[in-house]
Amino acid sequence: MKLPIYLDYNSTTPVDPRVVEAMMPFFTESFGNSASRNHAFGWEVEQVVEDARESIGNVIGASGKEIVFTSGATESNNLAILGAADFYQKKGKHIITSPIEHKAVIDPCHALEQRGYEITFLKVDKDGCIDLKQLEESIREDTILVSLMAANNEIGTINPLKEIGEITRAKGALFHTDATQGVGKIPIDVDEMKIDLLSMTAHKVYGPKGMGALYVRRKKPRVRLSPIMFGGGHERGMRSGTLNVTGIVGFAKALELSVAEMASEAERLTGLRQRLYERLSAGLDYIFLNGHPTERLPNNLNLSFGYVEGESLMMGVSDLAVSSGSACTSASLEPSYVLRALGVGDDLAHSSIRFGMGRFTTVEEVDYTAEKMIVAVKRLREMSPLYEMVKEGVDLSTVQWASH
Amino acid sequence: MAYSEKVIDHYSEPRNVGSLDKSDLNVGTGLVGAPECGDVMKLQIKVDPETKEIIDAKFKTFGCGSAIASSSLATEWVKGKSIDEAMSIQNTDIVEELSLPPVKIHCSVLAEDAIKAAISDYKSRNQD
Repeated sequence: MKLPIYLDYNSTTPVDPRVVEAMMPFFTESFGNSASRNHAFGWEVEQVVEDARESIGNVIGASGKEIVFTSGATESNNLAILGAADFYQKKGKHIITSPIEHKAVIDPCHALEQRGYEITFLKVDKDGCIDLKQLEESIREDTILVSLMAANNEIGTINPLKEIGEITRAKGALFHTDATQGVGKIPIDVDEMKIDLLSMTAHKVYGPKGMGALYVRRKKPRVRLSPIMFGGGHERGMRSGTLNVTGIVGFAKALELSVAEMASEAERLTGLRQRLYERLSAGLDYIFLNGHPTERLPNNLNLSFGYVEGESLMMGVSDLAVSSGSACTSASLEPSYVLRALGVGDDLAHSSIRFGMGRFTTVEEVDYTAEKMIVAVKRLREMSPLYEMVKEGVDLSTVQWASH
Repeated sequence: MAYSEKVIDHYSEPRNVGSLDKSDLNVGTGLVGAPECGDVMKLQIKVDPETKEIIDAKFKTFGCGSAIASSSLATEWVKGKSIDEAMSIQNTDIVEELSLPPVKIHCSVLAEDAIKAAISDYKSRNQD
């Protein structure tokens, strides 16, 4: 077993060697610009790009013609939201989303608010689930777009995409889903789920960074977007810029592998996730699961370790690469907005750790992780005034804290 | 973010972790911060009733590595000092000693507050 152990697969993944191999020829030999229509270098690459486009589309039940290549899911989300908002502004200026979306969805929505659009943020319950009835009631005549993620990046909770799609289609609003964490991990079919726009990225599925795509439905309904970048009119005018051929080839290969192994990987990762959770629960008191207990990504475990602060805990397990919702680990000095939206107290948000398992995670690594975590949490609780007070029977909510 | 060697040292081997008997008249207890803010420090001092010198100090901290290091350092510094001398410890001294980056300055402020709170608790219980 090699240290440090990587357990941050919800953040990014290593590129699979098979993906690198597929990409290699397109750096040096077949380096043409796919938009060069007049010579063999261009033709060769154009064909490769179109094959990759088709194969990426197939993964989500779409045709290649509906795939727009981008630099990643952040750009895809921006293009979907800003592009639809601009194109459909005559129909209305109302958008619905949720408070636990990625910032790449929330921030474009806030930007639109400044331009006179109205954004409704749906409520989420303690597990991170939306209320479908509230969604249905929130859609109005002037609602142009509903943007709800496939699965949450912090807490792993999966949205009921099919049910959401039924509602949005019936009510005549477009349905965008940020499927950054979902594609390649859980089954997604844009027709069955009535999805109109879908964002995805390569680097969460063992592909290269800086490569993403936006699915834009072509039929029933035909979705139109205003571009947010202008130039050579690539990608049916929706996204100008020379295509990232190596990235596209790598993305297609990465998805091909992920989909081929999806069912068995989901089962294996769910097993590892449960194993880690059970070991930690057996060794420690006051641990709390964040996110839905079952409707969650197979590879995501998010726990709060009561009375221990997340950053100090990560410092204590320096040979484990995990992430925390603690304020101290963010630039903003605010604890995770996702956990706060769930109603997790700020104290427990500061105590949260996200374990993201993946293709190269082993049972041995999980067992080592559990052992290390238990030792580190116990040590920090020995020096935690809060743990001492709780053990003395003090109800922390009744204490007058000197806030600062 | 990389931690300074001194922060890592105090985090890995914190000095004076523990609790003193808070019912002892010679003990002063300071509890500062709030769980919602991500850091709580409890710092206790034990004062020699004759010489008014701080003869022991203990801490417990819920917080990041820099908060733990700041409070560990604070207990080290107050030991052997008179109450007045301990009152003069400034958060900037802690920042300098631990090479804390700007985002961690509040940890040092909290440690200074903890010292002052412990002394004030001691004084209020020994007014005669």
